[in-house]
Amino acid sequence: MNDYHGSAAGPSSGSGDGSAPRRNSKRPKYSKFTQQELPACKPILTPRWVISVLTLVGVVFVPIGVASLMASNNVVEIVDRYDAKCIPGNMSSDKVGYIQDDTIDKSCIRTLTVPKDMDQPIYVYYQLDNFYQNHRRYVKSRNDAQLRDSEQADKTSGCDPEKNARDGSPIVPCGLIAWSLFNDTYSFALSGKILTVNKKDISWKSDRDHKFGKDVFPRNFQNGTLKGGATLNPNIPLSDQEDLIVWMRTAALPTFRKLYGRIEQDLKANDTITVTLKNNYNTYSFNGKKKLVLSTSSWLGGKNDFIGIAYLTVGGLCFFLATAFTVVYLVKPRKLGDPSYLSWNRNPSGH
Amino acid sequence: MAHGERPALSDLPRPISDPPLRPDLISLSASAVASTSGSRAEEPDRLGASHKELPDADARLVFVGDPGRTDPRLSLPGNAVRTAKYSPLTFLPRNLFEQFRRLAYVYFLVIAVLNQLPQLAVFGRGASLLPLAFVLLVTAVKDAYEDWRRHRSDRAENGRTAAVLEPGGSGEFRPLRWKDVRVGEVIKVLADESIPCDMVLLATSDLTGVAYVQTINLDGESNLKTRYAKQETMFRLPDITGGRAAVVLRCERPNRNIYGFNANLEIDGKSLSLGPSNIILRGCELKNTVWAVGVAVYTGNDTKVMLNSSGASSKRSRLETHMNRETLFLSAILVMLCSAVSVCSGIWLTNHEDELELMQFFRKRDYSAGNDKNYNYYGIAMQVFFIFLMAVIVFQIMIPISLYISMELVRLGQAYFMIRDTNLYDESSNSRFQCRALNINEDLGQIKYVFSDKTGTLTENKMEFRFASIRGVDYSEGKDPSPYNSNIYHVVVGDQFWRPKMLVKADPELVRLLKSEGETEEGKHARDFFLALAACNTIVPLIVGTPDPKQKLINYQGESPDEQALVYAAAAYGFVLIERTSGYLVIDVLGDRQRFNVLGLHEFDSDRKRMSVIIVCPNNTVRLFVKGADSSMFGVLEKSIDLDVIRATETNLHSYSSMGLRTLVIGMRELNANDFKEWHSAYEKASTALYGRASLLRAVATSVEDHLQILGASAIEDKLQQGVPEAIESLRQAGMKVWVLTGDKQETAISIGYSCKLLTSEMTHIVVNNNSKESCRKSLEDAIAISSKFATISSRVQNSRTGNGSAKPPLALIIDGTSLVHILETELEEELFRLATVCDVVLCCRVAPLQKAGIVALIKNRTEDMTLAIGDGANDVSMIQMADVGVGISGQEGRQAVMASDFAMGQFRFLVPLLFVHGHWSYQRMAYMILYNFYRNAVFVFVMFWYVLYTGYTLTTAITEWSSVLYSVLYTALPTIVVGILDKDLSRMTLLKYPKLYGTGQREERYNLKFFILIMMDAIWQSLAVFFIPYLAYRDTTIDGSSLGDLWTLAVVILVNIHLAMDVFCWNLITHLSIWGSIVATALCVIVINSMWFLPGYWYSSFTCLHYYVLFLLISLSFGPSQGVRCEKKNTPKCLYVYMLIHKIFVKFADTTFYIRAIYHIMGTPLFWLCLLGIFAAGMIPYFATKALTEYFMPSDIQISRELENFGNCNESSNTEIPMSTFSQTQRFIQ
Repeated sequence: MNDYHGSAAGPSSGSGDGSAPRRNSKRPKYSKFTQQELPACKPILTPRWVISVLTLVGVVFVPIGVASLMASNNVVEIVDRYDAKCIPGNMSSDKVGYIQDDTIDKSCIRTLTVPKDMDQPIYVYYQLDNFYQNHRRYVKSRNDAQLRDSEQADKTSGCDPEKNARDGSPIVPCGLIAWSLFNDTYSFALSGKILTVNKKDISWKSDRDHKFGKDVFPRNFQNGTLKGGATLNPNIPLSDQEDLIVWMRTAALPTFRKLYGRIEQDLKANDTITVTLKNNYNTYSFNGKKKLVLSTSSWLGGKNDFIGIAYLTVGGLCFFLATAFTVVYLVKPRKLGDPSYLSWNRNPSGH
Repeated sequence: MAHGERPALSDLPRPISDPPLRPDLISLSASAVASTSGSRAEEPDRLGASHKELPDADARLVFVGDPGRTDPRLSLPGNAVRTAKYSPLTFLPRNLFEQFRRLAYVYFLVIAVLNQLPQLAVFGRGASLLPLAFVLLVTAVKDAYEDWRRHRSDRAENGRTAAVLEPGGSGEFRPLRWKDVRVGEVIKVLADESIPCDMVLLATSDLTGVAYVQTINLDGESNLKTRYAKQETMFRLPDITGGRAAVVLRCERPNRNIYGFNANLEIDGKSLSLGPSNIILRGCELKNTVWAVGVAVYTGNDTKVMLNSSGASSKRSRLETHMNRETLFLSAILVMLCSAVSVCSGIWLTNHEDELELMQFFRKRDYSAGNDKNYNYYGIAMQVFFIFLMAVIVFQIMIPISLYISMELVRLGQAYFMIRDTNLYDESSNSRFQCRALNINEDLGQIKYVFSDKTGTLTENKMEFRFASIRGVDYSEGKDPSPYNSNIYHVVVGDQFWRPKMLVKADPELVRLLKSEGETEEGKHARDFFLALAACNTIVPLIVGTPDPKQKLINYQGESPDEQALVYAAAAYGFVLIERTSGYLVIDVLGDRQRFNVLGLHEFDSDRKRMSVIIVCPNNTVRLFVKGADSSMFGVLEKSIDLDVIRATETNLHSYSSMGLRTLVIGMRELNANDFKEWHSAYEKASTALYGRASLLRAVATSVEDHLQILGASAIEDKLQQGVPEAIESLRQAGMKVWVLTGDKQETAISIGYSCKLLTSEMTHIVVNNNSKESCRKSLEDAIAISSKFATISSRVQNSRTGNGSAKPPLALIIDGTSLVHILETELEEELFRLATVCDVVLCCRVAPLQKAGIVALIKNRTEDMTLAIGDGANDVSMIQMADVGVGISGQEGRQAVMASDFAMGQFRFLVPLLFVHGHWSYQRMAYMILYNFYRNAVFVFVMFWYVLYTGYTLTTAITEWSSVLYSVLYTALPTIVVGILDKDLSRMTLLKYPKLYGTGQREERYNLKFFILIMMDAIWQSLAVFFIPYLAYRDTTIDGSSLGDLWTLAVVILVNIHLAMDVFCWNLITHLSIWGSIVATALCVIVINSMWFLPGYWYSSFTCLHYYVLFLLISLSFGPSQGVRCEKKNTPKCLYVYMLIHKIFVKFADTTFYIRAIYHIMGTPLFWLCLLGIFAAGMIPYFATKALTEYFMPSDIQISRELENFGNCNESSNTEIPMSTFSQTQRFIQ
């Protein structure tokens, strides 16, 4: 009956009600845990702590900032925006018409001057501005199963609107991302001598090994009405189409660089490089910019002063705060744990 | 027992052949039985339902012994009870329905459904449903477990057997399972058996029809209650069971009033009316009665116990109410974010409208089908609308779904620690603390008003007889240091000694008077006095054995502890009540056993405030003994003769009640033949009346209880509970107002007020004690004038003392129930409220239960302040339910208060640790947890929002959908729960030492709009740091979305955990494990998510080796080592079947996610780590600096106390007395 009653009293009372026999003492067992007396550390932000922490952060951050700035300064970077320059003067009013016209030869020659000595490897990037590779429509338009496994070639779900060819057979690789593959090409010459660009290993090894199948070959690619970009050699498996693999790893931000290749040769200051490029890729329809970038790298990556500046700022701020704290602490000290500061002692009439 | 010691007076035919309970049962003459038992059976209806004709429409017809015919109009339920909510079939729909009554869940469901539309699919189907499903599942599992337990107990309950009368007139009882019992069936219950359903008694083994029941399961009262079978049915039981008499019962519909019952019994054409004393309820046990036979009237879920078994009250905590306000703010922010995104996307689309077709990353048209239809594009307006909805889906966790489940878990944990607290365990009643309501823990930290019952709450409700005033002579010398030895009074029964179970100190002079001067006038009066104490009550003596076979204890059972005390006192003076039946009493008068026939008994009722009994003394005089409250007794005393005695008694009474004692006046009257005849006929008439019997009986009692001769007065002490004055002092120091609401009279209440330090001598008393509305109004106005005068004086004093010190003289308001009748629920309420709030102490005396609730409502409805009501008895239930927090004392008066309460405990003084320690902690923890949950989800949402601004406003998330789903349920949930359960801002000692620290909760210092805004600003700053540091560092690089997303995920999780770590007051092992553990778990999860679909096959980095291990371990664990899972190294793996299975599962994931292994690449670069480090520093600096500054220059009381805890040793000397003394010193100064 007791048991029955307990259940009738409602579920939420189940915690402590007496199902235990009455004769037994219900005194809760003592343990440090149940009495909430576990050994514990109760840190307090004393001025000494605050000042030391701030100083420590400053001491760590400023040198890192300096080192980062130096690393960034050592990186030599040549950026050349060519999308506007590579349009013949007579076509500059109709850029889209120019780029869509297959009959016009899109070759364009640019000369770059090396500002400082550049040690190999020199990375060749193309940079697109205003190209939303992270656009929702775009980023979803792919099918990874198809890329990996030749048996799943007809899996094109999610690839809209670049899913099937007109006859209904699947496109491999399907989807907007592959369809819009970048197709400008660059060749470099240093004072008349060809600079070889190594296009091997520009993609991630894990991508080549796992994401793109060795027995998957392009099919029906770029056969549609509207060409988005480069065509692929149907005889080369996807795992070897490194430009595609690089392109398919979609960029995080609307301005991005993609690795085109590496020049494995040192360049001297004031060397002049002639770049012969094929200006095929249409960024004109949405005012996107195209840039060619040659850059060395440091332990921190490319040329970017931000980390250095940020670290110096944060470090400096910490030093400033530490000093300010010290000054205020000296000017207006407060005895820690002084009960006369308790509100009812300061102002006994109430709250 | 003494067999045959006394001969039976008559040979009453015994209708039942079973052996009666008492071997020495003495029966009265048949006529006496008939008259008295008939009258005894009519207890005045305790809840006032008068005996009125039951209209057929409202009645239930029960044909006794013929269940088939019983009321064909109604389909009556069987006796099976069902406390379980669900059946296996209905569990899913009903449980889901219950859960979705929470509005927040509906919100999340709507979002999950929206996400299923193809145009809006932001997350994968699984991912979007996961958090909601998780929360629902956890709750459902919890509910299912609880329901399973209820099913089990239901089954056990329904399967018990009862003896039910065989139909067809055989008169045999056969066993039947409880669930098969039907209304109308005649059931036999044996001693110590439980009663299977509500039944009307037809007969019992006792000749007078008495049955004793224990109602501990019903209302928790452990004493025995008497129930009666009607004589008419008693004697005709063989006819009824044999099917020869048609008995029809007409009773009211099932209701939950356990003290009310109203029915008519038609037998042989006569109609008998039945009251609550004729019914025994399911859940009771039959005691001290060999058997009882009854007819089932209410079965199964119609029984009163089932109708009363409502669950715990569902209150909502103050914090949760506030939280809803902030949730609204968050919703507004959410709408703003979504609008911003959709407006921006509208602008972007308009600007690029012409380019959409050729833009590689948009491609408006789908050419493959040949008809050049638009692909997933419905015009700008539609597009903007979709973007808005999608934004809601993406940013949904702005409103934290996991908060609700976390709060429940945290409260569960807090309750666990409250229950386990040894400081809240009461040794004397062996009761633990109970948390009955699980959703208002944090309210305990915000109480401003405490309404307390007096009896049983402040006092122990263990009545002890202290003094007697007999005929104006005060016998109050009972302070003899060794009173027990000489005065233990034994009753010799055969070769046995019986003695009362409880010993009472006896006044030696009085004992001497009783013994030696038995024949003097004084001695006679003293004898009459104690005879009255022994006789004039409703106590039933029970004889219990002791280990010594010759010793027996007399245990007096009764409903009123005062009566018990009086009977024990009478026993101590040699008037030992040995036996009580409805017809007579046996009292051992100073060693001489005497029998008193009881002719009538007028029960206590709250109008008369007295009770009386009419007995025949051995010398054949008929005497009326009356005992009652002094106010009601002085009116009916014969003043013409004993005026000086009355005066003297009044003086004694005054001195008793100013000592805080409860007093009763005892009177007597000898009835002469005429008086007796007159009374007897009126009494007979009244007790056989069909309608309005209670009021008729009351009138009879009033008419006979007059012209009484005063015998004396008794004083009973109701001892203060341990630690009550200190507890009240602490509560008041903590800024709580303590109001005492009591049913006692004014003097008693005031004296108790003094003894528990509620009132002090320096207080000014304002007494409101009126009996008309106009006089109430006047005295209230006067009182307000006085209080404002005091206020001006105090302000003048304050000015002269340059505002330094609390100058208000303490005011105490004492108000009685009669005045409250005129004040409550009229326009005077407002005045009372104004007066009461300026008074420091309010004492309400003589208040009725409903008035208690009215007073609580007076405060609750007019202020925002939290109220707490604490009480122990049934009369406190309304108050407990009215207050924001109801606390029940599991004491002497049963469990009704406990059943109605939110928290229950053994002693009043536990209120101090409960409020100061657990209440403070719970409030502090819960407040922080809610704010932190808002903050951590906001940081995450804002990070996503900033990214959306760089995706052409298309709601792409760099953070993988799984991470965004797991963020609030897995990555950051555990530390908040652990901190919510375990963190302590201050130690128990400090909190108890400085009661003023409790003010934090009263002033809502830990959770308010300011805090919310500050933490939201911090959230925005931190999200900026998290987003823009990587953004600027990785601008113009080859960084891909998933890598950056992983960096953001890790950064957010680590940052919010560090934020939490900075706010943790008290670091123990569990806190460390949960905070650092969840960071590690997040990192692991991110790695696993990133490599989800490529687990098998090929490993070349150190991280993947780890994977291989984890997977291998998983497989071996789940399929057993016997399978011998072995894989070939390198190249395509030749794995076992299971391995392929896992492979397949991961391949499935592969279709939905393409972010793979990005993290390894980015984690390998120094830039990644520099970004993380920079994010922490930049993100935390503002918070760190503000925290350090405020803690140092604007320290809160809590901060100071923490410092005291840490550095207390060095300035111990200065701090020990300051908090207490300043408070009282300032007060004294004013005086």
